[in-house]
Amino acid sequence: MRTKAILVLLFLLTACTGGGGTSDDGTVTLRFQSLAWQEESVAANKQLVEEWNATHPDVKVEYVQGSWDSVHDQLLTSFEGGEAPDIIHDASDDLADFAYGGYLADLTDLLPARLKSDIPRRSWETTTFGDGIYGVPFLQEPRVIVANAKWLRESGVRVPTPDRPWSWPEFRRITEELGGDGTYGVAWPLKEPVSATLNLSLSAGGQLFHRGADGKVTIRFGKGDEVVPRTIHDQANTDHSASPTTLGSGGSDTLPGFFGGKYAMVPLGFSYRQQIAQQAPKGFEWQVLPAPAGADGLSQGVSPQTLSVAEDSPHQKEAVAFVDFLLRPKNMVRLALGDWMLPTGTQALKDPALHTAENGWATGTALAAHLRSAPAQSVRGYPEWKDKVATPAFQEYYSGAIGLDELRARLEKDGNLVLARYQR
Amino acid sequence: MRTSTTGRVGQYAALLAYLVFLAFPFLWLLSVAFKSPRELGSLHPTWIPRDPTLDNFRQAFDEQPLLRAAGNSLLAALGAALIAVLIATPLAYVMARRRSLLARAATGWVVVSQAFPLVLVIIPLFLVLKNLRLIDSLFGLVLVYVVWALPFALWMLVGYVRAVPEELEEAAAVDGAGRLRTLVSVTAPLLAPGIVATALFAFITAWNEFFFALVLLKTPEKQTLPVVLTHFIGAEGVADLGPLAAAAFLATLPSLVVFALIQRRITSGMLAGAVKS
Repeated sequence: MRTKAILVLLFLLTACTGGGGTSDDGTVTLRFQSLAWQEESVAANKQLVEEWNATHPDVKVEYVQGSWDSVHDQLLTSFEGGEAPDIIHDASDDLADFAYGGYLADLTDLLPARLKSDIPRRSWETTTFGDGIYGVPFLQEPRVIVANAKWLRESGVRVPTPDRPWSWPEFRRITEELGGDGTYGVAWPLKEPVSATLNLSLSAGGQLFHRGADGKVTIRFGKGDEVVPRTIHDQANTDHSASPTTLGSGGSDTLPGFFGGKYAMVPLGFSYRQQIAQQAPKGFEWQVLPAPAGADGLSQGVSPQTLSVAEDSPHQKEAVAFVDFLLRPKNMVRLALGDWMLPTGTQALKDPALHTAENGWATGTALAAHLRSAPAQSVRGYPEWKDKVATPAFQEYYSGAIGLDELRARLEKDGNLVLARYQR
Repeated sequence: MRTSTTGRVGQYAALLAYLVFLAFPFLWLLSVAFKSPRELGSLHPTWIPRDPTLDNFRQAFDEQPLLRAAGNSLLAALGAALIAVLIATPLAYVMARRRSLLARAATGWVVVSQAFPLVLVIIPLFLVLKNLRLIDSLFGLVLVYVVWALPFALWMLVGYVRAVPEELEEAAAVDGAGRLRTLVSVTAPLLAPGIVATALFAFITAWNEFFFALVLLKTPEKQTLPVVLTHFIGAEGVADLGPLAAAAFLATLPSLVVFALIQRRITSGMLAGAVKS
């Protein structure tokens, strides 16, 4: 009996040991950590890795599955321990700490001219920190309004297009017209109220973060910053045309109510269309509308998905070559379709598959030119300001607990104290 | 003491409420696992799926290597449980029987070690394991699980050992049994329920553990089940709910089965450990 137990233990110990390692025959092995998670997107990524491996016998790429849920902590420990993957999939708003911390390679001189010129400058700005470029922005999504098409048609309201969008006051008036009898014109899922508000506020000329001549950032909640929050607040608290219960919900949580006829419209990220297409009851007609426009037209802030290369990677050149392969126009389209998002590349954006009316692709693609770097992402101290000051302040304002003056006071006074600590 | 009928009804009602409270998440998981995406988007969800489907299970297995991950989890959890028990049992025996300063200090250390938060430990631990070349190795992960489970396992086992009357060992000695013989033939069988309970605790802790596995394992082929489950969650916390529920349901099964099989032994063991003779 005892011998048996020892044998089992020995077996376990030997079975557990093992370890990776690179081969000595000159073949370079790169590890590509992807955060793809939807069925089509995982398939597209894996397929592209296979295609690369089939045509590049000297540089083998290993697909490593990461998760959005834990990517920041996982990367941080990997960087600290010198075990980071060579090619890193992440989002531009998560890169600042890693870029300033010296964990990511500056790609300025490594990127091929084709890729540099294919992606517009406004997208590159999302991954530029200081003087360096620390990631290639490749997929992005505007916030759009997903609407119950039949409801809109029967109400007779003007349906907006990217050429003739609603203004914010018009949007407010229409939601009031659509709601009533226990139903609402709109359901704002504002579990993360800060990024949604700030990104949409670009349309009304909102800037919030102002960089002075000394390079220091201060917060000023100006007239342009007021438009979007006031619209949402008034819809929920004055007109009662926005559902008060969804203000604390995530996007997916609003879908059953949307399908069930409780809300006429839901502002959501463009990629939510995948869930809607999958979950909508048979016969349910939905359509994608552009978010309302303001003084600055349809402008919106986005934090694109990015591909970066680890500073510690001994094969940065090969890693960039793989990124270049992955982001060839045709491949970028495959990745975009898999994730139900928009590619950043100008060539990829011309692909006919992204211009069909089906599932609202054309509306989203028409918005691509209006997407800018999210206003806050390069501001140091933003995460703390967001969690400690802005999130509770916006939540209280939207729920009607505080007024606009109190919101302004908290965002500016408490916010600038937080930012000052990061800018000494 | 006799309990009145009303009191008894109240007791059962409280028990029922507690059971519902415990069972609700699991039953909901089960229900979601068999629902189609369309039904998941319904405004009026039902407990029993209207149109039950196995698609979520198919998709879960197609998209992620669940079987391989379960194999890794099983290896890590069994390894951790076995090693923890092998180390903790003799240690607990000494700590319970020798009431020296050292034993008291060790007990104190056990209590203090429980207070260390995970995030405080992870980076130093990562660096130590890296120097030992145990990053990205299931064996390294097993070692971490053993160290993590050991204090509490020790704490549990000391209680069980104390519950075994010393007089029994003395009687065996009087009958001529040597030290080893006494331990093997008298103490060990009486300790068995306690050892099983402790092993089970170590097994379940390791089976469910997420953070260490996430940070310490890099190669996809070595990832454990809790890590693979997060791959069903996307940006901004949007989840692929059906396949996630299906995979999570399958992941809870081993713990449930193990519990069901040895539940009686554990209950008696727990009581033996808890009550002073």
